[in-house]
Amino acid sequence: MSGVSQTVEQPESFVFTDETMAKAKEVLAKYPEDRKESAVMPLLDLAQRQHNGWLPIAAMDYVAGICEMAPIKVYEVASFYTMYNRTPVGENHVQICTNISCWLKGSDKIVDAAKEVLGVGFGQTTEDNKFTLSEVECLGACVNAPMMQINDDFYEDLDSSSTKAIFEALKKGEQPKTGPQGDRVGCQPAGGLTSLKEQANA
Amino acid sequence: MPKLTIDGNEIEVEAGYSVLQACEAAGIEVPRFCYHERLSISGNCRMCLVEMERAPKLIASCSMPVGDGMVIHTKTDKVVEARASVMEFLLINHPLDCPICDQGGECDLQDQAVAYGLGTSRFTEHKRSVQDKGDYGPIVKTEMTRCIHCTRCIRFTHQVTGTAELGGIGRGDHMEVSTYVGKAINSELSGNLVDLCPVGALTSKPFAFSARSWELKPTESIDVFDAVGSNIRIDTRGGEVMRILPRLNEDVNGEWIGDKTRYAMDGLKRQRLDKPYVRRDGKLVPVSWDEAFNTIADKLKGMDGKKIGAIAGDQADCESMIVLKDLMASLGSTNVDCRQDGSKVDAGVRAGYTFNSTIAGIDEADAILLIGTNLRWEAPVVNARIRERYYRGGLKVAVIGEALDLSYPYEHLGTSPGDFKKITGGKDDFSKTLKAAKKPMVIVGAGALARADGADVLGGVRKIAESRGMVKEGWNGFNVLHTAASRVGGLDLGVVPGNNGKDVQGILEGAASGDIEAVYLLGADEIDTAKLDKTFVIYQGSHGDAGAACADVVLPGTAYTEKSGTYVNTEGRVQRGLRAAFPRGEAKEDWAIIRALSDALGKSLPYSSLGDVRNRMSEVNPIFNDYDGLQAAEWSDFGGTGEPSSEALVSPIENYYMTDPISRVSQTMAECTEAFINPEQQKTGTNG
Ligand code: SF4
Ligand code: FES
Ligand code: FES
Repeated sequence: MSGVSQTVEQPESFVFTDETMAKAKEVLAKYPEDRKESAVMPLLDLAQRQHNGWLPIAAMDYVAGICEMAPIKVYEVASFYTMYNRTPVGENHVQICTNISCWLKGSDKIVDAAKEVLGVGFGQTTEDNKFTLSEVECLGACVNAPMMQINDDFYEDLDSSSTKAIFEALKKGEQPKTGPQGDRVGCQPAGGLTSLKEQANA
Repeated sequence: MPKLTIDGNEIEVEAGYSVLQACEAAGIEVPRFCYHERLSISGNCRMCLVEMERAPKLIASCSMPVGDGMVIHTKTDKVVEARASVMEFLLINHPLDCPICDQGGECDLQDQAVAYGLGTSRFTEHKRSVQDKGDYGPIVKTEMTRCIHCTRCIRFTHQVTGTAELGGIGRGDHMEVSTYVGKAINSELSGNLVDLCPVGALTSKPFAFSARSWELKPTESIDVFDAVGSNIRIDTRGGEVMRILPRLNEDVNGEWIGDKTRYAMDGLKRQRLDKPYVRRDGKLVPVSWDEAFNTIADKLKGMDGKKIGAIAGDQADCESMIVLKDLMASLGSTNVDCRQDGSKVDAGVRAGYTFNSTIAGIDEADAILLIGTNLRWEAPVVNARIRERYYRGGLKVAVIGEALDLSYPYEHLGTSPGDFKKITGGKDDFSKTLKAAKKPMVIVGAGALARADGADVLGGVRKIAESRGMVKEGWNGFNVLHTAASRVGGLDLGVVPGNNGKDVQGILEGAASGDIEAVYLLGADEIDTAKLDKTFVIYQGSHGDAGAACADVVLPGTAYTEKSGTYVNTEGRVQRGLRAAFPRGEAKEDWAIIRALSDALGKSLPYSSLGDVRNRMSEVNPIFNDYDGLQAAEWSDFGGTGEPSSEALVSPIENYYMTDPISRVSQTMAECTEAFINPEQQKTGTNG
């Protein structure tokens, strides 16, 4: 989601709700008074969460005000990281990794499955506004490749059918199982532990 | 000092130099794109790679500090190959559209591609292209597909102007330099972006497609739109001024100039006075020089000198001012004044009307008090210098006057001369800061001295300087910032009322009351011309502005680009500009007009050449012997001793882009006013 997108309709103004503001204050408290810029990333995240998963210009300007930095510097940050959305996204933001490990392990099939079930391509949102599909770079879960992230959750060890099942569940409003879709535990070897099987007696 | 070996030669350079600077000191050229002397080092273009012995790979010389015993090679195969490769990468996404690019002929990318590139490309894939997003305003034209991401422009708006409009949006292959929200670059220094950009991504909008760099003839000159005396280069083609660029002078403007300096020049083509005129039946009709002179002679002959006054305007050159003064003296008049704005500066004490710390002195200052000046508009390059000094750390700034956005933080101590007490009282924090500072400065604006109580304001500022220990051995922290290019020169030449003479106000009031019957305006337009209704007015100047409108005789003079002239800047630096273009129509150089008029008046002045006039200037004041030099002025008593009123201090400039007859008719300046000044005034409701 890079490049400049000014075609979306932008809200006139943006302010933190009391609840978000309380969280923002916690974040700001971690940094020295004169280094408020340091808080820009978590504050953008809070803003995005408050604003249905995307950051309008008004929100970036608002954060710039809080962090006492030039608005352009906030735009730079927000446009650098793919985790910040500068255009509206659906209820479920589906981010499929197509980077090298996932691609070697078949991310193409995951992409096909997603496109088939959702009926949209990358950068598009379903008509019911339930899903937005995005292509992303490595999300750091290569060990359980291929994978995708939907909102805050990772879904790993995907194949075509498990991917479809996840979408079907979400469509029905159910919460599918997160993490590895097979029987792998966390990021342990797929067939169970092969070493370090028991706790060493310290 | 570290010693290093570059291409087999040993060289010793100052510690803290980068390898690139050391190479330059050794006279070795290192290609570069992102590195710029006046901006922070970003090290992202990789064009400056050189080989360093015992380093595993090539180093970016711009960002590698020198070390003792370093051995650097800049001409090895490895380096040559690396430069060619970097060049190849840079050109991958470049459109290679030099034939239709304004930068062609003076483009770093073009030059370095020829010098260091391969001459061919192996890239057969898609080139990315970048859509221009929004408009950067009336001055900077964009073609962002040509951008090589050196980030110079980004650093400039963050570090020099402080307006922080530009940034790098997106990442990797999608990165684009942009304002993101499509806003214009709102800075008085924005034209410098055009010089800064090493490629044709940012070019000059007013100059677009009007000439190729190799068709232009450069002439060295001095700017007259403020009192800084920025060093400029006037590029002409076939006698027409095509553009104005800065010339490097570390002591004055560095390598920046303000936008008015650069772009008001299109005003040189409009509303020009190119023939003499005489008013007949209420209308100005064109006449010959002889007729114009005879009309003047008929009127002035036999008139009591005391009834004649002369006012020199803000862009007058020293040559014409001294000749005018001599003419007035020969007519028996002492009513001459170069202080069109009514400034109360005292021509007797040079230290009392100059910028004694020097502009370069700002680099050493550790506390600065600004009084009644909107520095950003009155002298943008000086303001940028303070900003640069501020962000190097260790400088405190305070303001007495309007609380304006100067692009750096300051403490606002008050709005009127009544607040001087806070400083002289010694109790205020900033007062202590000044006292403790090693090199404290006070800068008082021209507007503060042009008030009715200007003399007392001047005296008050002198007291501040003296009481805070600003004037000492080797340092003088008292500074007047003038806004008029002619002012210091005029004061140096004594173009002020002589014995029983009338100053500008005296002349104008005398004209209204009938005590003054004839007034000679040498390019003086920013005066209350309504007072001249009943007076015989001779206007000599380049543009049909307020002065010409009320004149009975108009003598067509020259603009600064059309004459060789001497100007003394606010520091007291005597500088000379050369003629770049010819006078318009029948117009003549200004000193020569007055000289010719003296014949018609039967008072022939003994000058037959510019050299004679300059000798006369040196005779009046020996500082005119010393071009480009700067002499410390002697400190003594000046200014009034009374209590200045507590009326708020305001800057004399209401609109940076329009301050004089040239900029008032400039199309570009009108567009800038439309883009930057009008919206502000509507916002604050100060319009009309
Ligand atoms: S626009 Fe010019 S100065 Fe700015 S980053 Fe691009 S090439 Fe550099
Ligand atoms: S490559 Fe897909 S998570 Fe790393
Ligand atoms: S000049 Fe050194 S990296 Fe650009």
